[in-house]
Amino acid sequence: MLGVELKNVVKAYEGTTIIQGANLQIKKGEFVVFVGPSGCGKSTLMRTIAGLEEITSGDISIHGEVINDTPPSKRGVAMVFQSYALYPHMNVYDNMSFSLKLQKVPKAQIEERVQKAAKSLQMTNLLDRLPKNLSGGQRQRVAIGRAIIREPKVFLFDEPLSNLDANLRSNTRIEIAKLHKRLEATMLYVTHDQVEAMTLADRIVVLNKGVIQQFGTPDELYNTPDNLFVAGFIGSPKMNFIEIDNSQEAKHIVAKSDLENKGSVKTVGVRPEHIDLCEKEEADFTGTVDLVEHLGEYVIYYVSLGNEQLITVKSIKDHLKVGDEIFINSADKRFYYFDNQEKAIK
Amino acid sequence: MTYKTKNKIIHRLLVTLAWIVAIIFFFPIFWMVLTSFKTELQAIAVPPMFIFEGTLENYSLVNERSDYWHHAINSIITSFGATLLSLIIAVPAAYSFAFSPTKNTKDVMLWMLSTKMLPAVGVLLPIYLIAQQFGLLDTKTVLIVIFTLMNLPIIIWMLFSYFKDLPKDILEAASLDGASYLQELRHVVLPLSWGGITSTGLLSIILCWNEAFWSINLTSADAATLTSLVASYSSPEGLFWAKLSAISTLACAPIVVFGWFCQKQLVQGLTFGAVK
Repeated sequence: MLGVELKNVVKAYEGTTIIQGANLQIKKGEFVVFVGPSGCGKSTLMRTIAGLEEITSGDISIHGEVINDTPPSKRGVAMVFQSYALYPHMNVYDNMSFSLKLQKVPKAQIEERVQKAAKSLQMTNLLDRLPKNLSGGQRQRVAIGRAIIREPKVFLFDEPLSNLDANLRSNTRIEIAKLHKRLEATMLYVTHDQVEAMTLADRIVVLNKGVIQQFGTPDELYNTPDNLFVAGFIGSPKMNFIEIDNSQEAKHIVAKSDLENKGSVKTVGVRPEHIDLCEKEEADFTGTVDLVEHLGEYVIYYVSLGNEQLITVKSIKDHLKVGDEIFINSADKRFYYFDNQEKAIK
Repeated sequence: MTYKTKNKIIHRLLVTLAWIVAIIFFFPIFWMVLTSFKTELQAIAVPPMFIFEGTLENYSLVNERSDYWHHAINSIITSFGATLLSLIIAVPAAYSFAFSPTKNTKDVMLWMLSTKMLPAVGVLLPIYLIAQQFGLLDTKTVLIVIFTLMNLPIIIWMLFSYFKDLPKDILEAASLDGASYLQELRHVVLPLSWGGITSTGLLSIILCWNEAFWSINLTSADAATLTSLVASYSSPEGLFWAKLSAISTLACAPIVVFGWFCQKQLVQGLTFGAVK
């Protein structure tokens, strides 16, 4: 059975179409991450699933049941907000048990479920505290606890880690991954951080301007992007793109490739980590180092090729300085080709 | 002159200016209280007397001549009653304006506010006639209704701005948690905007307490409030400044004391949302 299914979901608001016909089939128990630049519609899409926004047309189903007109609380979804959205006047216990109290669940059962959730999130000692007396990470755990306690069919996370500092963020990320494993629940997760996306997701939805660009595993997105946008969005530093029209080097690359229909290639992409520093005679390109970023385990060189073309190179060799001549090639020929519609030629 | 000394001078000037403004505001009240302890002769003395032998004569005279407590209780009932009624109407109204706005919400709110621009005397006749027809002249009911209608636009606007400042996420979380509108209002909105609601209530009580126009025109004896009592002292037999001051002091005292106690709440409420 499918966990969540979207059929031609359109969301328009005052004449602007924010989601343009989204189709998705998310399996039960799957962890799906929505990524995209700000304003791409990823949060809106999640909010339509939660029922916080009405859809203009299309169908949303959860566990096979169409829920277009079902109120948020009856959809079997629980959401963790970016701001945590805890009730500031209630202590942790009341925050977590609020939904159960509204459902008139017997007190003993509420107690049991709160204790169980609190124990699993290691916060039994925080239950009588008010949110203002908790740290950011603790608040986040309460927000997650509040979601868990409802035993929803689908968990929705709306950029849940963006208010945490870097260290806490990576810890909480691991916690969420473990939680998913333990609960085996369907989880949808919105983020603009691709590290989160790549590490957490079973599959990733890449969105741009309200259109789903690609839906696939992290591997697929990285290795076989469907189009120029996905290729540029996934991977850090960003993939280098070389227009065929204005560069001899690009033609040289295409010529070197084993692509059959080379005529339709408009843009060639190569990831910074797939470019190697080499000797002068083996070089595809010769350039000058414009800027060097030392990141400890590796170095990023921003290379000027002389014809306004800039190339980013990621390397573990850190001997070059700004202004040095640099010789580079792509020994394993891992190029990506795109036609004039920005579609990938595979 | 260094930047620092210049800043210091500007600061001192501003403080002085603030004191002058405060004194100008406070002086009439001070003078009223002072006059209430003078004899009628001292009260009209030229030049005005700052130092004199005080007397409580005016207070005892006022007490003999009129039933202070009767008027005070009327003031309390009408101002608290009207405030309660206003809040009962305004909370749901502001809630719906803030959380389920329609295309016309803004217009409706502006229209509501525009009724405040009408001079009260403009509707005196129709309201007087309506009150008369319903046999409501000189009753506390008519004052409660009029005070409610009079303050409702301001109360709704104030509550609207408090509600608007509530984080939307929290309300969405409540609706995901299964709260109905009423439950959302009761368990989330009211507790979170309690400060705003109380300070709105306080303001309403003060406005009702100080209202004179309708009290004077619609009541005479039974439902007359303290403001009508004060007005009755500016009588045809001439002005008696000391007695007028004594009754005015008595009329102001309860609300000033009340306001003093609620000062913190009031200031908090009025600056709510101003500083994020």
